[in-house]
Amino acid sequence: MTDGPVRVALFVTCLVDLFRPTVGFAAVKLLEQAGCRVEVPAAQTCCGQPAYNSGDRADARAIALQVIEAFEAFDYVVAPSGSCAGMIRAHYPALFAEDATMLPRARALADRTYELIAFLTDVRGMDRVTARYDGAVTYHDACSGLRELGIKEQPRRLLDSVAGLRRVELPGAEICCGFGGTFCVKYPDISNKMVGEKTADIVRTGADTLLAGDLGCLMNVAGKLQREGHPVRVRHVAEVLAGMAAGPAIGEAAE
Amino acid sequence: MQTATSHRFKENARTALDDPALQKALGNFQENFIDRRARAAARLPEFDALRDAARDIKDHVLENLDFYLERFEAKVVEAGGQVHWCTDADAARSAVLEICRAAGARTVTKGKSMIGEEIALNEHLAAHGIEPVETDLGEYIIQLRHEPPSHLIAPAIHVNKDQIADAFRAAHADLDPARPLGEAPALLAEARARLRSRFLAADVGITGANFLIAETGSTVIVTNEGNGDLTQTLPRVHIVLASLEKVVPTLEDASTILRVLARSATGQEFSVYTTFSTGPRRPNDLDGPEQFHVILLDNGRSRMLGTEFQDMLRCIRCGACLNHCPVYQAVGGHAYGWVYPGPMGAVLTPSLLGVGEAGHLPNASTFCGRCESVCPMRIPLPKMMRHWREREFERHLAPAAARHGLRLWAFLARRPALYRFAAAIAAGLLGAFGRRRGRFRSLPLAGGWTAHRDLPAPEGRTFQQLWAKRRRVS
Repeated sequence: MTDGPVRVALFVTCLVDLFRPTVGFAAVKLLEQAGCRVEVPAAQTCCGQPAYNSGDRADARAIALQVIEAFEAFDYVVAPSGSCAGMIRAHYPALFAEDATMLPRARALADRTYELIAFLTDVRGMDRVTARYDGAVTYHDACSGLRELGIKEQPRRLLDSVAGLRRVELPGAEICCGFGGTFCVKYPDISNKMVGEKTADIVRTGADTLLAGDLGCLMNVAGKLQREGHPVRVRHVAEVLAGMAAGPAIGEAAE
Repeated sequence: MQTATSHRFKENARTALDDPALQKALGNFQENFIDRRARAAARLPEFDALRDAARDIKDHVLENLDFYLERFEAKVVEAGGQVHWCTDADAARSAVLEICRAAGARTVTKGKSMIGEEIALNEHLAAHGIEPVETDLGEYIIQLRHEPPSHLIAPAIHVNKDQIADAFRAAHADLDPARPLGEAPALLAEARARLRSRFLAADVGITGANFLIAETGSTVIVTNEGNGDLTQTLPRVHIVLASLEKVVPTLEDASTILRVLARSATGQEFSVYTTFSTGPRRPNDLDGPEQFHVILLDNGRSRMLGTEFQDMLRCIRCGACLNHCPVYQAVGGHAYGWVYPGPMGAVLTPSLLGVGEAGHLPNASTFCGRCESVCPMRIPLPKMMRHWREREFERHLAPAAARHGLRLWAFLARRPALYRFAAAIAAGLLGAFGRRRGRFRSLPLAGGWTAHRDLPAPEGRTFQQLWAKRRRVS
């Protein structure tokens, strides 16, 4: 690594790119606050996880190759998603296990790829933010971030530094919300049962805001809360930490 | 072999979700299993190191399976017993029937055995005029209800007390209708009284095995009710049903794995009874069977050796993956349609029945990873479910709509410029239509999502569009 600011490539993720650019800009702001120079390689689409988890290794490998080529020149790769970061970190090396040329490149990228909050805290040493958020929030641990990347205490630590924010623990925070990528449309009845239990737990906390670090889970939970008529607002944790939570929450109408 | 309805998983799941009694019965995992396991694991500082050791023992066995099985057989024979090598369920059922006939058996008592379920032994014995009596309380209940177990260690977990009382009243003809059976102790007393005479009258006792010990030729069962001991010591003949991956080299190895087994299963440090059987009664023994037989079942397991599914053969049937699985907790064990439910079943069932029958099971997972995080044998269950999905994908077994959708998406994802263009159009259109409410209650092609939840509308521009604009301005 050279002197000067750390060069971070933002892996926006396909869901943030399409549905909620605000999360991407919140990530950029936080990374800049942490002293990083942020770039966004244009040749990114998706991490390939939908193909990988559907058993389509050939497409998953082709997409992974594309990601490796677009991102390997940077000091770090950061994604506002434990799921996509986990795909690169934990599964890219597995995809190229039998490819002697690609395996070292996949490993090298995996080692430098982080979920946003884990990067800010564990790599950049951030322990507080300057944002303000007036409300009672509860936090759901999205599965990949929690179990593949060990993200548990970091987002809570940063949230506890947000002025005006009162944090309530969510019982069953480590239980899957039922999103599971294509699972939620392949097995909608089971997914519905799981997300229904998640929203019941959320509502019981009395919090007015639910936060998590993965947009897929957030859209699933927000959609269910709204279908059930609960007024709990749902946001990506980066929006609150970056002080960019003034606009409509996920699934809310623009003014 | 036990008939399967795994191919009807979706329908089975729907039925389970619509069954209020079942849903209530499935509500107690947190307290009864998850919290207890967590406390048991936390009390033992070396728990995770023991998991590593347990994994390594089984890995070593699987690399040398023929050696340890032959050694086990030699020791069984040395102790006066007999080993019956059975390649499939038919062979195992025939072997058991033959032993029972030779002993002139009219009734057999049975301890809990998943292999017994796998080979549908009860049906086979009954069809040939031999009455099997389950002696594990949970197994006894489901035998009366004519249904399969729904959990590896708690076979009747789907049944509530009222349903048990109903089953007893229907089956126990002379039971006084006025006798209250509302509480668990009353149910237990009733079952115990019924089973006592059956234990004494049985000609053959059949148990499963948690371990086979190669160095001694012993078989090991763990139970909490003591029924296994009565089943195997009172009758003249003891038959052990075991699949071949149950073998471990030494007593020491078995004790290592036993230390993670009960903690993972029920949160106990040890099960109440751990019983070792070595051969038939010796001349100076006060009790024990005259004959000792081990049915050693393959039934497709040796085909898993050397494949990406070999690690599954480390499984010790503790049930921790079921207890921690949100999908299992939502639909219960019967939905999986065969003997082995939950995450372990989602890997093992396709291995034994084929992915054509059981293809749904490895798909019905969110890959939340909780099963792997608690597995005492560190079996990478999600990874192996993904391997099954790969086999299905290669054979084009997934529904056509899903395959075509995936291909279209992959086509775009492999072409960044085209992808950016398509994403911008999608974000623009959906954003424009969804702006007023911020979400969709229904949307063409998104019925799987919007049947149960709203779909948040996009903000209207993609990140890439906005980023490019910001770069031009700055």
